[in-house]
Amino acid sequence: MLAEIFFAYFAVVIVLTSILVIASRNPVHSVLWMLLLFFHIAGLYLMLDAEFLAAIQIIIYAGAILVLFLFVVLLLNLKEEIKGRPFSRIFVIALVLAIGMAVVISSTMKLLPPGPVGQYSMDMIRATKGGNSSIIGRVMYTEFLFPFEIASTILLVAIIGAIVLAKKRLRS
Amino acid sequence: MPGKYIPSDYLPILIFLMVATAVGLGVLIAGSIFRLKRPYPEKLMPYESGNLPVGEPRYRFSVRFYIIAMLFVVFDVEAVFLYPWAVVFGSIGFYAFVEMMVFIVILVVGYVYAWKKEAFNWD
Amino acid sequence: MSIFETIIQPDTFDVLIKIGIILLKIVIVVAAAMLHVMYATYFERKSIGHMQVRLGPMEVGPHGVLQPIADGVKLFFKEDIIPADADKPVFYIAPVISLVAALSSLSVIPFFKGFVIANINIGLLFILAMSSLGAYGIIISGWASNSKYSFLGGLRSSAQVISYEIAMGLSLVGVMMMAGSLNISDIVNAQAAYPLRVYAIPQMLGFFVFMVAGIAETNRAPFDLPEAESELVAGYFVEYSGIRFAMFYLSEYIGMIVISLIAVVCFLGGWSGPFDIPYVPFAWLLLKVYFFIFFYYWIRATLPRYRYDQLMSLGWKLLIPLALLNIVITGIAKLML
Repeated sequence: MLAEIFFAYFAVVIVLTSILVIASRNPVHSVLWMLLLFFHIAGLYLMLDAEFLAAIQIIIYAGAILVLFLFVVLLLNLKEEIKGRPFSRIFVIALVLAIGMAVVISSTMKLLPPGPVGQYSMDMIRATKGGNSSIIGRVMYTEFLFPFEIASTILLVAIIGAIVLAKKRLRS
Repeated sequence: MPGKYIPSDYLPILIFLMVATAVGLGVLIAGSIFRLKRPYPEKLMPYESGNLPVGEPRYRFSVRFYIIAMLFVVFDVEAVFLYPWAVVFGSIGFYAFVEMMVFIVILVVGYVYAWKKEAFNWD
Repeated sequence: MSIFETIIQPDTFDVLIKIGIILLKIVIVVAAAMLHVMYATYFERKSIGHMQVRLGPMEVGPHGVLQPIADGVKLFFKEDIIPADADKPVFYIAPVISLVAALSSLSVIPFFKGFVIANINIGLLFILAMSSLGAYGIIISGWASNSKYSFLGGLRSSAQVISYEIAMGLSLVGVMMMAGSLNISDIVNAQAAYPLRVYAIPQMLGFFVFMVAGIAETNRAPFDLPEAESELVAGYFVEYSGIRFAMFYLSEYIGMIVISLIAVVCFLGGWSGPFDIPYVPFAWLLLKVYFFIFFYYWIRATLPRYRYDQLMSLGWKLLIPLALLNIVITGIAKLML
């Protein structure tokens, strides 16, 4: 019962803040709503006993990516942005489409077969010393070695891309 | 759907966050009851050494700040890969060490590139 | 079964008692932190005064011991000025974000054996996550004030904070490797079992990087240029007055105490000391923390302020490579032993 109450709280706040993110006129306010949103997503991860993911959610998404968003948003000329109408004319069509989508998803969701139960159940994670983070470490650095090394290459590409893009702007 | 567990270890943190927010807001609200409020236009002007403010306060700033923010995202992700590795390093041993060295060396290539392209210089 | 019955279960009373104990612990910790901040400001003015052959505050009470209380009362009753063009909701919320981000790290730090508000598996990550939030209070207060000085101060300060955050996170990896855990109580216990008793000796490099990054994270001298009085007239909080200014001030000092506490629990053995002091289990922890706070003031009185370009290249070009080197060295040493 208590778990359901917590879940309901997180779910409702996630939906509300997501709507506020796209409905705010001021992009800085959007970023702040998104910050609140990320915190509640982290709370949901905690409910699933994925504490490492919850911490990463805050450190990477709230602490790094959203800060980058904020830097970009600060560059916008807010005076013009705020003057614009918050909802454009296609709002009604978009709303109808969104509701239709929600109906389709919620009616077909029960038809999906549940995935197979793996080795790493919540009981198993709870029983392990160090919990979620040591399990993730053990799996990532033994079984998923190759994807992990690929990640470093992707990060390398990201560094180069960031510098190439910004250098163009510096010169002009 | 919620799991069958409630993360009870985190309940104190939830309460702590609530108490901290309440302390912050409470001090502000309590203060607003007692303190004076006598505003006039000159007092509410942004501070600019006593002169009238000139131009836009939120101007376009150097692209350096974006480079720093983007590099920060990349290196933060790198650091996040190191945390679970550090926890299991003792139990996996040499194997884990070699793979992390490969990871770090690949990223050091990017780091050296950024250095050579003067991304860390601020002029 | 009605909703009322499902919520009020036989063990509800136990749960309430547990929550009461948690609340009591939180109130004790927060009150102790506030008291420490008050007297940290007094201690700072006194010690820097004496280092500069002055007396420091002398007027309020004997040797000025009541000065922090006078300051608090004054700031509480000061007029709260909100600039006319400020973004009001954001302007209101920014100091609260700073304060919550600074305070919440206290919830995972063990003050003595068995006394920690939340004993979680990812304690260190929680602290890193909360310190990354500090950047928000800075940027959005600078943006919301609608003033040139505060905007530039906020940008500079946030770029500084995020740059040193990486170095700080990487410098703690060595400690995680040695302890094999992210739980802070486990790290303290692992140090007690370690032959040298503290990680500061084998983790010298990590400790150095952590301290430099910690001083930069809290915007203290010699890295205090986001609030450089002489160039940016106090930087991101120039438009804040009265109690809101006090909240930024408070979060800076709490941040300083938190960094000292992390340094103590991760590198200097936490609550353990060469011998047990009866009845005061947190005595060693406090002593070590006071030493670090004095160290902060000592540095402030000794070193001149860095230039902004020097500050950024110090973080990116020196501290990050050093922290990575520390990880490699720790890994090799652990494999050899």
